[in-house]
Amino acid sequence: MIKTEKLTKKFGAITAVESLDLEIREGEVFGFLGPNGAGKTTTVRMLTSLIGPSSGTAMVNGFQVGKQDQNIRRSVGILTETPGMYDNLSAQRNLEIYAHLYEVKDIPGVIDHYLRLFGLWERRQDEAGTFSKGMRQKLAIARALLHEPRIVFLDEPTAGLDPEASRLVRDAILELKKQGRTIFLCTHNLDEADRLCDRIGVFKTRLVVMDTPERLRSQLFGRKVVFHLKSSDERLAQTVAQLPFVREARSLDNRLLVTLDNPDEHNPDIVRILVGAGADIQFVGELRHSLEEVYLQLVRNID
Amino acid sequence: MDKIKTIIQKEWAEVFKNRMVLFSIIFMPLIFAVIPLVMLGVFNQTGGAEDMTGEMPAQFMNMCPEGLSGGECFQVYMVSQFTLLFMMLPLIIPINIAAYSIVGEKTTHSLEPLLATPITTAELLIGKTLAAAIPAIVATLGGFLIYAVGAFILVDNPLVVRSLLDPMWLLAVLLVGPLLAILSVNFAILVSSRVNDPRVAEQLSAVVIVPLLVVFFGQISGLFFINSRFILLAGLILVAIDFIMIQVGVRLFQRETILTRWK
Repeated sequence: MIKTEKLTKKFGAITAVESLDLEIREGEVFGFLGPNGAGKTTTVRMLTSLIGPSSGTAMVNGFQVGKQDQNIRRSVGILTETPGMYDNLSAQRNLEIYAHLYEVKDIPGVIDHYLRLFGLWERRQDEAGTFSKGMRQKLAIARALLHEPRIVFLDEPTAGLDPEASRLVRDAILELKKQGRTIFLCTHNLDEADRLCDRIGVFKTRLVVMDTPERLRSQLFGRKVVFHLKSSDERLAQTVAQLPFVREARSLDNRLLVTLDNPDEHNPDIVRILVGAGADIQFVGELRHSLEEVYLQLVRNID
Repeated sequence: MDKIKTIIQKEWAEVFKNRMVLFSIIFMPLIFAVIPLVMLGVFNQTGGAEDMTGEMPAQFMNMCPEGLSGGECFQVYMVSQFTLLFMMLPLIIPINIAAYSIVGEKTTHSLEPLLATPITTAELLIGKTLAAAIPAIVATLGGFLIYAVGAFILVDNPLVVRSLLDPMWLLAVLLVGPLLAILSVNFAILVSSRVNDPRVAEQLSAVVIVPLLVVFFGQISGLFFINSRFILLAGLILVAIDFIMIQVGVRLFQRETILTRWK
C-alpha cells in the first residue's frame, strides 16, 4: 500500500528526511516513532502529497507521489497534528464541507454513520469550537474517513487527550484496523504504539529500525523469563548461566532472571534442570521490556 | 464547480456568523448612498448650490450638460464624487474578508486538512475570490440602487437625474466596480497566502486602494476628469490585470511553501 525508495526531503541545507525506504502492507497498522523534529510530519506530508520529495520515490495506494497527487489525495485520509476544524461551524457542517470536497456520494448517510460511530450524533448541531479536545479529535478522525480511504494517516491522534478520550480514539483506531484499513500512525505514545501497531519504525531523519514490537524487544534485550523460587540459591543461577542457549542468568531475592532468545523452546529445559537441582518453582513468567525502554535504547544508540 | 461552491458556502457560513463583518459590509454602501442623497435634499431645500459654482473646477463647468443651471451643475459635480466612491467600495469592502481568507486558515490550522483534499489550487482560489467579491459587489450595487432611487425621488429636474445616472457612471459602477473587486480580492489573497499574521495581511492588502485614491483626488482637484473613454479604458486594463492577477495568484500559491514556512 505504501512503498518508498530513498525518499528524501531537504529544506535548504537542512535534511528533514533522508533516504527513507519503507514498505507497508495492506491492513497493517504501522507505528512511526521518533523524537520531536525527527521528520515524521514531513514524511506524512510527503506521503499525503501535501509537499513533494526532494529526491527518491514514494508510491501510495498505487499512485506516485509528485506525479499523481490528486489521486493520492482522493485515496488517503489524514488526521493532521492539530485537528483544524472550523470552530464556528457545527460538527455536521464541518463534515459536510469535507464530504463535498472529497466528492462523497451519499453525504447525509456517511455523515450520519460517522457521527454515530464516534458518539457525536447528539452534538452534531453544536459548533466544533465548543467541543472538548477528545471530541474534536474524534470529529477530525471522522473527517479523515468520510471518503472511505483505504489508507489513513494519523499524526499524534491522542496528543494532549485525557486518558478517557485517548481510549476512545484508540478504540476508533482498532475499529479501523478491524475494517482492514492500512494505518500509518505517528505517535509519541509508546504504550499506544505497543498496543495498536503490527510493526513500528523508529525514525530520526532516517529510519533507524523497523520491526514488530516483540522482535525489537527481543533483538535489543533478548527475552527475560522470571522463575519465582521458594528460596533463593546463587548456585542455581550459575548452573543455568552455563546452558548454551542462555544469554544471562542472575539471582534477585527469590527470583531467578534468565535472558534467552527462545523461551518457548528452552523454558521446559530450564524448569527441568532447576527441579533436578532441587529448586522449588512457584511460578514462571516472562518479563517484558516496555516499548519505551526499547525506544529510548534505540534513540540513545542514534545519538 | 461543486468544490468552488463548497468553498464559497464555507466562507460565507464563517464570515456571516460574525455580525460585525456583516455590519461592515452593509454599513459603508449605506453611508455612501445616504450622504449624497442628504446633499441633494439640502440643495433642493435651500437652492444654495447657486452660490457655490465658483468652488467648482472650471473644466467641469465646461463639461456640464446643456440646460443645467450653474447650481444644478454644482449639484451634479458634488454628487458625482460620491458615485466615484461607489467604484471604490468593491475595492475596500472585500479586503478584510479576502485578507483573512488564507492566513486565517493558517492560524486556525485548517489549511493543512483543506489542502489534503483533492481540491485544486485554482478551485480554492476562485472559491475564495468569489466568496469575498460577491458580497462586496452586491452591497455596492444595493447602495447604488438606493442612491439612484433616492435621486429620482429627491431631484425635480430630470436632466440632473440623467446627469447623475449617466451611462458612464453606470458603466463605472456595474463594470469597473466588480473588476476592481476582483483585483482587490486577488491581491489580498496573494498577500494573505504569503504572510503569517492576519493584521499584516489587512494592512498590506489596503495598498491596492492607492491608485483609485489618486483618481479620486485627481477628479476632485480638477487635475483630470473621468469620462466614458476613461471608464472604458480602465475597464479594459482591469480585465487584463485581473486575468494576470489570477494567473499569478495560482502560480504563487505554493502549497508546500505555505505549509512549511509558517508556524
